[in-house]
Amino acid sequence: MKKLQILGTGCAKCIKLAANTEEAAKKAGIDYEIEKVTDINQIMKFGVMMTPALVVDGKVKVVGKVLPPAEIENLIKD
Amino acid sequence: MADETCCTPTRKCMILACSGGSNVGQLSNQAAVELTKEGFGSMYCLAGIGAAISGFMQSAKDVDEMVVIDGCPIGCARGVLKEQGIPERNYLVVTDLGFEKAKKFDLDPLDIQKVKDAVRKMLGPDPVRPADDACCSGSDGE
Repeated sequence: MKKLQILGTGCAKCIKLAANTEEAAKKAGIDYEIEKVTDINQIMKFGVMMTPALVVDGKVKVVGKVLPPAEIENLIKD
Repeated sequence: MADETCCTPTRKCMILACSGGSNVGQLSNQAAVELTKEGFGSMYCLAGIGAAISGFMQSAKDVDEMVVIDGCPIGCARGVLKEQGIPERNYLVVTDLGFEKAKKFDLDPLDIQKVKDAVRKMLGPDPVRPADDACCSGSDGE
């Protein structure tokens, strides 16, 4: 099962990235779980300079950007 | 939570310094520290990139602006980025400004200012512009 984490304290762009990621995961037909990491101390442990950020199976894939679902689909299929 | 309660509406300039064990390495470090305090950019952890920690590496790939400061021509900061496949942007070597490398650590504020001025000249007065897609600041790579 793919673990997808959205790093962000809850702003509109964080929510949009989460929605796009959910859409991408459904389209990819993968088995997944999605978690929104909103606690700043937890976010800092990932070492990202900006949010929102997308983490796939523990690896940070995108920082400070809201990618469209099609691009996220490519990232989570890897 | 609403957008405006969360996000700083600016893009970020990542500052990476070699922070090496010499006067010029420490000049790179102190210039990066002061430029961060002055709001010019945000010093970030070169060691985290060197350690291939994904959050640090991806941040370096995705950041809007970057300046890399090496103390001397050995180019350790440049080498770290190259090793990790991260494109280098805006590169400065402190010894190119006329400083001689030595095992000394007492820094002259005027020398620090000279390095800072060189960085500012290279990037322009205000590398931090209004954001259109970046959002909250999560970490500054401490």
